[in-house]
Amino acid sequence: MTKYILKRILIAIPVLIGITLVDYLIMSMAGSPLDMMRGPRVSQAAIDARAIQLGLDQPWVVQYFVWLRQLLRGNLGYSIRGHEAVLAMIGRSIGPTLLLMGTSLAITLLIAIPVGIYSAVHQYSIGDYAAVTLSFVGSSIPGFFLALVLIYIFTVRLGWLPSSDMVTRGAEGGALDLIRHMVMPVTVLVFSSVGSNIRYIRSAVLEILQQDYMRTARAKGIGRFLVIYKHGLRNALLPIVTVIGMQIPTLFGGAVIVEQVFAWPGLGLMTMSAILQRDYPVIMGIALLSAVVVLVANLITDVLYAVVNPAITYE
Amino acid sequence: MPPAAPSERYLATVWRRFRHHRLGTISLAVLLLLLVVSLLAPVIAPYSPAAITGKFHSGPSPEHWLGTDASSRDVFSRLLYGMQTSMLVGFLVTIITTVVGVLLGLISGYFGGLVDIIIMRITDIVMSFPYLLLVLVAAAIFSPGLWSIILILGFVNWPGLARLVRGNVLALRESSFVQGAIVAGLPRRHILFSEILPNTVAPVLIYATSVLSLSILDEAALSYLGQGVQPPMASLGNMLGGAESLTILTSRPWIWLPPGIMIIVLVVAINFVGDALRDALDPSRTEGSRS
Repeated sequence: MTKYILKRILIAIPVLIGITLVDYLIMSMAGSPLDMMRGPRVSQAAIDARAIQLGLDQPWVVQYFVWLRQLLRGNLGYSIRGHEAVLAMIGRSIGPTLLLMGTSLAITLLIAIPVGIYSAVHQYSIGDYAAVTLSFVGSSIPGFFLALVLIYIFTVRLGWLPSSDMVTRGAEGGALDLIRHMVMPVTVLVFSSVGSNIRYIRSAVLEILQQDYMRTARAKGIGRFLVIYKHGLRNALLPIVTVIGMQIPTLFGGAVIVEQVFAWPGLGLMTMSAILQRDYPVIMGIALLSAVVVLVANLITDVLYAVVNPAITYE
Repeated sequence: MPPAAPSERYLATVWRRFRHHRLGTISLAVLLLLLVVSLLAPVIAPYSPAAITGKFHSGPSPEHWLGTDASSRDVFSRLLYGMQTSMLVGFLVTIITTVVGVLLGLISGYFGGLVDIIIMRITDIVMSFPYLLLVLVAAAIFSPGLWSIILILGFVNWPGLARLVRGNVLALRESSFVQGAIVAGLPRRHILFSEILPNTVAPVLIYATSVLSLSILDEAALSYLGQGVQPPMASLGNMLGGAESLTILTSRPWIWLPPGIMIIVLVVAINFVGDALRDALDPSRTEGSRS
């Protein structure tokens, strides 16, 4: 197992380099950060000087390797716009994002796993139809539209909940204040992801209920409850682990639109403004982070497979 | 399953099973109706979608059924044209995704080896880049607009389908009828397109309906962020963009509620049709219901 993990990490390094190289290419095609500097009072000479200072006069491959060399020294560079260290910016934004996305993922799974299992075990019952139908409706509502409706109802009409930021500025609100700020964004995120999760878990459990060993278990006459809970659900853990693994990457950057609408000070908001301002070092920092997270999440999922299912061994 | 093209009887069976799904059948009817209405937009719409009528922010009235927006354009007319835009984006993105995904998946799965490795690594790279980030960066490369949004969404959606098709091809390649065709010395093109492809149609079709609904949602989100279809051209997403301003959100719901509701109706209907298709095309599902 240790050997397998080491091997996977070694393979991940060239993949990571490949991903960041492509990221740099795509990004440099999107335009230069200096485009944002241009204006009637800025001379071409000033722009050229800034380009040389930032190394932007070099071909993109050279720029990439300069970035990579700095990265190996543990330096993610500085924001062109705000002159702040990229690492510090990510450090500042990652907490709010993890809090928001983690809470949403936990609530989503707490709803989706029981409902999905219930739906599969009671297939074609009224409860199953209701769950599947509602799950389709839920995943059909655009997040930003739901956000607007919620803001309209709870902020504008009722005045119950704040519609932006994470804490009330200038007030010592504490935990309650934070929760009040989280209610609406978390609701939107849960709404948009719970439906597909219910359907995924439902079909995974259904597939297991049709397996031969389930028929054997039923034939033993140990009773419906034991059949389902001892033989069925233990095997259903595998797809459930997959569905959790698939969603780890979204923890770190899946909420650009929700963060934008609710002005939540996280990675999504930072990403959006970095892209609009062509802030190369910030974009690359986020791209690197998300690539690492995807690779690590895939690895963890594969390792968990082996833990959950002893039949799977990695050489 | 015979490798031949689907027979009439097979299609009749699929249609019979499809109609079993009542919500799916109703949704199909709703979708067809909306499609016809949006295609007839030039005939039905009382105003041109970009026409300035001179009345700003007026509420629903006999002249303007759904009122007018901040630029005094008729909201009802824009809604019809916006639907047209959303469907155009949805269908073209789905076609691009399907063609690219199926072709790459077929090639990757059938030929294997180096070709497979290269295609799958490219797939990994496209998939590892955060979806929305890729779309936003791409929107920055090509200036935002209808055609760039179609190309971008078409480009980011294919990897999932390519993987799906590849997996299917890998399984089918070992099946006896494909092995038989290889032994019989049939040309490769025949094996790929006449033996393997028809047998992956069902999962591809089901995947395509989800791409259709996702791309309509994505167009709406991107246009809402100002990175998609640009006004004065109407799209359901950019009609919602106006609601970012607090006065519109609070006191002029006729501007942002109709496009939002229309997106939900469209996407719900497509998803139900997809679910009905899955029931109709996936043989294992009906077997499961019998046991």
